[in-house]
Amino acid sequence: MKLTRKQKELGAKFWIYLAALVVSVICVFPFYNAVLTSLRTGQDLFLTSYLPTTFHWDNYVNALVENGVGLSLLNSFIVATVTVGVCLLVSITAAFALARVRFRGRKYILFTILCVSMFPQVAVLSGMFELVRFLGLYDSIGALILSYTTFSLPFTVWVLTTFMRSLPVELEEAAIVDGAGLWVIISKVFAPIMGPSLVTTGLLAFIGAWNEFMFALTFIISTENRTVPVAIGLLQGASQYELPWGNIMAASVVVTVPIIVLVLIFQKRIVSGLTAGAVKG
Amino acid sequence: MAQLTLDKLNKRYGESAQVIKSIDLQVNSGEFIVIVGPSGCGKSTLLRMIAGLEDISGGGMYIDGAYVNDDTPSERGIGMVFQSYALYPHMNVYENMAFGLRLAKLPADEIARRVEESARILQLEPLLKRKPKDLSGGQRQRVAIGRAIAREPKLFLFDEPLSNLDAALRVQMRMEIAALHRRLGSTIIYVTHDQVEAMTLAQRIVVLNRGNIEQVGTPLELYDHPANEFVAQFIGSPKMNLMPATLLTAGATESVVRLWNGKELTVPIPTPASAEGTKVKLGIRPEHIEWGSVADAPYLADVLFVEHMGNETYHYLDSGNLGEPWVVRNPHRSAVAPGDTVGYLLPPEHCHLFDDSGKSFERRGGGAVAMRVPGMDAPAISFAEPMRTNVIH
Ligand SMILES: Nc1ncnc2c1ncn2[C@@H]1O[C@H](COP(=O)(O)OP(=O)(O)OP(=O)(O)O)[C@@H](O)[C@H]1O
Ligand SMILES: [Mg+2]
Repeated sequence: MKLTRKQKELGAKFWIYLAALVVSVICVFPFYNAVLTSLRTGQDLFLTSYLPTTFHWDNYVNALVENGVGLSLLNSFIVATVTVGVCLLVSITAAFALARVRFRGRKYILFTILCVSMFPQVAVLSGMFELVRFLGLYDSIGALILSYTTFSLPFTVWVLTTFMRSLPVELEEAAIVDGAGLWVIISKVFAPIMGPSLVTTGLLAFIGAWNEFMFALTFIISTENRTVPVAIGLLQGASQYELPWGNIMAASVVVTVPIIVLVLIFQKRIVSGLTAGAVKG
Repeated sequence: MAQLTLDKLNKRYGESAQVIKSIDLQVNSGEFIVIVGPSGCGKSTLLRMIAGLEDISGGGMYIDGAYVNDDTPSERGIGMVFQSYALYPHMNVYENMAFGLRLAKLPADEIARRVEESARILQLEPLLKRKPKDLSGGQRQRVAIGRAIAREPKLFLFDEPLSNLDAALRVQMRMEIAALHRRLGSTIIYVTHDQVEAMTLAQRIVVLNRGNIEQVGTPLELYDHPANEFVAQFIGSPKMNLMPATLLTAGATESVVRLWNGKELTVPIPTPASAEGTKVKLGIRPEHIEWGSVADAPYLADVLFVEHMGNETYHYLDSGNLGEPWVVRNPHRSAVAPGDTVGYLLPPEHCHLFDDSGKSFERRGGGAVAMRVPGMDAPAISFAEPMRTNVIH
């Protein structure tokens, strides 16, 4: 049987939608399962049904208030926000220098920065530990801000430098003629134009800092300074042998929501940020 | 409005490349100066040095008598219009024009007054709320000029402001810039490689070549009395015909040269006795060559090809192993076809003479040459014709 053009198109569409569906299910299922579990208590936790059965908010209250995840949430928020702020400030000025100021060895610096970002975390853990101790930041969120900033900087600097290179030099010169100094050029001319890439890289830095576990576990010992991922990982059950699944899932959901909200808010700008270098707007 | 003096200005990149070589120039208050020259001759570099965007390697620069070498662009009080417009893409037209004024901390009502004033001059009022991406090329260029005007600079600098526009728009913007200069009376330095822009806009033209000034003068001075071969060939389009010759007899009022074909020609150009017997070059502009009958004209040539421009016709003649064909320009239609043999005359009063090094022998009688031949082939008229927006690259 020969298919008409229309039927062929329909067939193609079917496969596309099917693929999209499979991908979506795979991506969303873990989160869905977390939400589901977080609303169950007691023996319900081990039900295999994939539909909501009960709605218990106890897990949330338990996790946030009694287990101190609420405080960790605040810590995480401070750490991630400060990290993003410092990271963007340092990288936009560094990007300006790397993209616009001529100096010896500029190429090598940029290359080194890229190389540094390839090291796995474990490799620098002990070195970072020494550094943190030396600076007297051990067991404070300062240690995390320092290490997360160090880790986000290479990528951010790289992206911003590439983007800034694509901006015409005459733009900067026009600002100089208008009487703008270095800081005004960066903050009033370049930063607004680079808005999308700032949002994209900032968001990635935020997510990185928000989810990081290893440094957070190593550099912080006191409960009140913990960030969320560690707090969740160390949640204790009633007895040594019980894992408080309900609480863990509730806390996990709470941790994920801010990221989802952020991504939704900046969705448009992320997409334009990712393509900004490729197509000249 | 300001006076600008350049005193032995030079620019060096690194150790070797000297891009600007000892430039002396005096720009008078309110003057419209156009800098022309071939690509890479250092026009932009010179302009950027004046603007303060490029360091000055040597020599002095003075605005109204004050030494400004070490001043920033805004301290020098210049306004600059860039080739690529360089508008701030995230600001609307009003903000683009107000940006510099805000940085200068002017009072808000003064800023509003100046922006509105320059918007009115350039007819930008309906566009004030638009972003640059929603403007056409010509409108963007006007905003760029408006931004410079709003700063009320002492000195306007333009770097090839029209080269991104299409031909028709270029003619229109050219007239707008000329009108603007009449209206503001400001000192303008304008860089272009388009000699039509130079001829039509300039009060004085500066011809730059390899970082040197070849000649400074009014458009007609350069056209009628080029200081050397370079200027003679750079100004005017099609360019001046040059032919090798030998100076037979030098004289205080006229000289005799022997042309490449053995014929002798007496031209009313004084030459020093020391030049007698040396190799010279005879130059004549395409519109000055006259037709003669094949029977008794002193020179004959084959027509290689003919270009019909509608309002005029260019004939390319085989001048007999001289390398380049000669160009003859007719101010009307022509029945001459490729392959024809034609006779022609070289009117001595229109001839130019250059010595072996390319320097011209001074012709007598000021602009008399242009005056004596009124009508169609006077340079001022033919340059005004928009058909001939001829760009030299
Ligand atoms: N940073 C630099 N280092 C070395 N040489 C340079 C530099 N910038 C420009 N030059 C050289 O200086 C010369 C003059 O450049 P400039 O841009 O002034 O030319 P221009 O007359 O404006 O040419 P165009 O008509 O093509 O714009 C060129 O030969 C160029 O190669
Ligand atoms: Mg240039």
